[in-house]
Amino acid sequence: MALTHDNDLIQLQIDQPPADTNKTAANGAPAGEPETWNSTVPAFNPLFDHTPEPEPLAVSPDLVAELADPAFEIEAFLAAERSKDLLRFSTAGSVDDGKSTLIGRLLYDTRSVYEDQVRSIEGKGSAGAGVLDLALLTDGLRAEREQGITIDVAYRYVSTARRKFIIADTPGHEQYTRNMATGASTADVAIVLVDARKGVLSQSRRHAWITALLGVRHVLIAVNKMDLVGFDQAVFDRIVSDFTAFFGSIDFGDEVGTGNTELRFVPVSALAGDNVARVSDNLPWYNGPTLLELLETIPVSVAELAQPFRLAVQRVVRPDQHFRGFAGQIASGTIRVGDPVLVLPSGRTSRVASLVTFDGNLSEAAAPLSITLTLEEETDISRGDLLSSVGEPATVTNQFTASLVWMDQQSLDPSRRYLLKHTARTIQARVSRVEHALGIDLATQATDTLALNGIALVEIETVLPLAVDTYASNRTTGSFILIDSETNATAAAGMIRSFSALPRTPQASDGPVTAAERAHRWGHPGAILNLRAPATLINAVERALFDRGVFLLRADPSIAPTLAAQGAVALTAEPADSQDFHATIADLSTAGTLTETSLSDAAASVLALLRQFEQAASEQTKGSAL
Amino acid sequence: MAFAVLDHPLSPVTSPERLSHLRRLEAESIHILREVAAEFGRPVMLYSIGKDSSVMLRLAQKAFFPGPLPFPLLHIDTGFKFEEMLSFRDEMARSVGAELLVWRNEPAIAAGTNPIALDTKRCCGLLKTTALLDALAHYGFNAAFGGARRDEEKARAKERIYSFRDRAGQWDPKNQRPELWNLYNARLHPGESIRVFPLSNWTEMDVWQYIHEENIPIVDLYFARDRPMYLRGDALLPVEQAFVARSGSDGKPEQPTMVRSRLRSLGCSPCTGAIRSDADTLPKIIAELLSFRTSERANRAIDHDQEGSMELKKREGYF
Ligand SMILES: Nc1nc2c(ncn2[C@@H]2O[C@H](COP(=O)(O)OP(=O)(O)OP(=O)(O)O)[C@@H](O)[C@H]2O)c(=O)[nH]1
Ligand SMILES: [Mg+2]
Repeated sequence: MALTHDNDLIQLQIDQPPADTNKTAANGAPAGEPETWNSTVPAFNPLFDHTPEPEPLAVSPDLVAELADPAFEIEAFLAAERSKDLLRFSTAGSVDDGKSTLIGRLLYDTRSVYEDQVRSIEGKGSAGAGVLDLALLTDGLRAEREQGITIDVAYRYVSTARRKFIIADTPGHEQYTRNMATGASTADVAIVLVDARKGVLSQSRRHAWITALLGVRHVLIAVNKMDLVGFDQAVFDRIVSDFTAFFGSIDFGDEVGTGNTELRFVPVSALAGDNVARVSDNLPWYNGPTLLELLETIPVSVAELAQPFRLAVQRVVRPDQHFRGFAGQIASGTIRVGDPVLVLPSGRTSRVASLVTFDGNLSEAAAPLSITLTLEEETDISRGDLLSSVGEPATVTNQFTASLVWMDQQSLDPSRRYLLKHTARTIQARVSRVEHALGIDLATQATDTLALNGIALVEIETVLPLAVDTYASNRTTGSFILIDSETNATAAAGMIRSFSALPRTPQASDGPVTAAERAHRWGHPGAILNLRAPATLINAVERALFDRGVFLLRADPSIAPTLAAQGAVALTAEPADSQDFHATIADLSTAGTLTETSLSDAAASVLALLRQFEQAASEQTKGSAL
Repeated sequence: MAFAVLDHPLSPVTSPERLSHLRRLEAESIHILREVAAEFGRPVMLYSIGKDSSVMLRLAQKAFFPGPLPFPLLHIDTGFKFEEMLSFRDEMARSVGAELLVWRNEPAIAAGTNPIALDTKRCCGLLKTTALLDALAHYGFNAAFGGARRDEEKARAKERIYSFRDRAGQWDPKNQRPELWNLYNARLHPGESIRVFPLSNWTEMDVWQYIHEENIPIVDLYFARDRPMYLRGDALLPVEQAFVARSGSDGKPEQPTMVRSRLRSLGCSPCTGAIRSDADTLPKIIAELLSFRTSERANRAIDHDQEGSMELKKREGYF
């Protein structure tokens, strides 16, 4: 491995006044600290606020004094903390671009490291005499310190007056791409580093590609080591245009591509701290925000709230025979008591009876809360089922196109079955076709296999149907992993791009007659009505609905969605011996076809109708039993 | 070109619709607890009585409400825990209705193992690591929850939420399973196990704020009181075990001094230093936390026996 480090580093000027040891002792620091450590680090300070611009470290305000200030109100602090937002970001870029140094710098300048942690890295590492090798604050494994590279993700935490951050510092070395993907998979923002001297390297491109592939919406490109190019604006400008041109050429094989991604560029020196948490005098031509300011102000998407409701059932909670709840974390959207839900892949519907939490029942809950919900109708639901919005359901399919990042030493074997874990469901699946893989140059190339760290567009076939969305529309229900069932290794990470082979959720025709016109003519939206009851009952319901002018057709389950999409009530009957009457109804009208009457109103009115007939039917049973 | 290149940040900072950071952390932890309970045959929760365990236990109550905890609690008792920790432990288990298992490495305790007779490293090896591995093997547990957080130490910062352990209970930090999104690989071969860290993404500050917000009971040792302490330079050693006392130059045993003090983290009494403090309420503890210059584990003897000692201990099977 050619893992050399720079030795042409600038020397950081660290000359600060000695620490006030009295204060330290009062706070429990071990006694008799050698004076050699020249207190470069102020106290840990989650209150850190870089506006107004902090003085250079040496004269930074002393926090202990600040806290002794009667103006510091713990209650006000706690109130501010309560409303703080959480942002997750990861680093990416080629090996030695300075990712770990940048995160170390951020920890250091926001005073998010303790004195003993700084002391433990003093005089070590590769940054030269008198200069702290800040990468050692995050490179926490022995092998990493020995080799001077990052091997696996480090998770670090920073809190400022504006936001809390979860940071994933990832490795740049190609061999550890899977660890970089691990860090990026949960990030809201990615910082892609580019070494100013080297420009946009192929590994920088690859990482930027993977970052965008993993759906990170905000990409900050930190052009690092500006100190080594004399803080030259021309170097920065060239990298901005190179990167922008490259990024525009990315194609993931779907309509969305990088369309949702926002790029921002910042020139920095991670080692010296220019433009990381403090504005630099060395970059007078740059008027934009520092990296930290960007991180603090980037609007985090509330996309997960705007998306339709999804919750994968993790467990069925049955403490006794009176309670049957379904526990899971809301992946997207909002749910209220009384809302209809569609259970996938079975296609049954029910209504939310209660939203149960340890802290009391809720009337409404939104992503990403973990809740337990109960349903009105006793429905057969188990772990792995997806509760979905009725109006905008997930798609049930057993075949889809996905981007795959291969993570196992053992290459993909298309003849083998793998375990596929999607939300809370694990089933068998096969990679039936590799459409194309990404070469070193990021050009696509034909292949039929995939080796460690390879990226490809593939076709997946599952043994049982899954309820999925595209990754572009939902990060939770659009992602999966493949597990090698012999070695149990996590073999690949997948992002669903499209449902190529199976019928999509049928759309109402865009022909001369619109769905709204149909709904107006028949007085109801299209729906699937599933009845499980004795045949006499089913007949009675059909009769009653028909007599009331409902456009009702008996249908096989496979054709029902098509009929419902065109405005009919498709009756799928399951004759049963039991006297208990079971009816579910699914409203499959799409949002575009029913803009006037709200979807939930429409579903509610069809349900109300159904209830009426339910009543009539039970009346009738009594009659026939007599 | 489809994407946007932006010169300036957009203005809004937080959107009120977004859940607060504590609620987000809570939701993530509950998801992890439920996943493990659903996918492993024999899970157990390591309960160490400290503040992190207290938070983890509350999260478990929330995860399985209105049902009971679907796994027992396991306490590895080194014999050097503070007396009031043990009564607190029994009371907590009783009040949440959880089954409590206690495991001690009796042969080692009987042989007089202590951190002064041996060094801290070997003492921990016998009373904690060996005891833990024996207990897991004895009961056949294949998944064990621990309350460790990634902000505690830089080797922990590298660890996955599902931390895979081989048949000998060892961690291989250079070859961890990739862990994307919230899709955890729960597959094990017989004899293998995982340690699960539902509080991975919580910081010390988050834990204290959560305890405050949620009114979670914690051991009184965390609050400042006048307590007898042996003074060792600036360090304070709690008077709990007889062997901790040194004899003075005159041959008389060392006399403790009453000091207003508290513990920042709870471990074995001989290895856990107390700190001078007036923080006798949760808001005061949080305010004090803001002023600390050294990390939580700086007062624990065990973490700095040698460089990278946490990583080494974890490789051997330590939590
Ligand atoms: N002069 C200068 N050197 C820097 C700067 N940032 C990082 N370095 C040096 O570049 C080398 C690599 O830094 P790291 O932070 O370890 O790089 P990395 O990107 O984390 O590397 P991997 O994680 O292994 O991919 C170290 O010797 C740093 O001190 C900078 O802004 N200026
Ligand atoms: Mg690094």
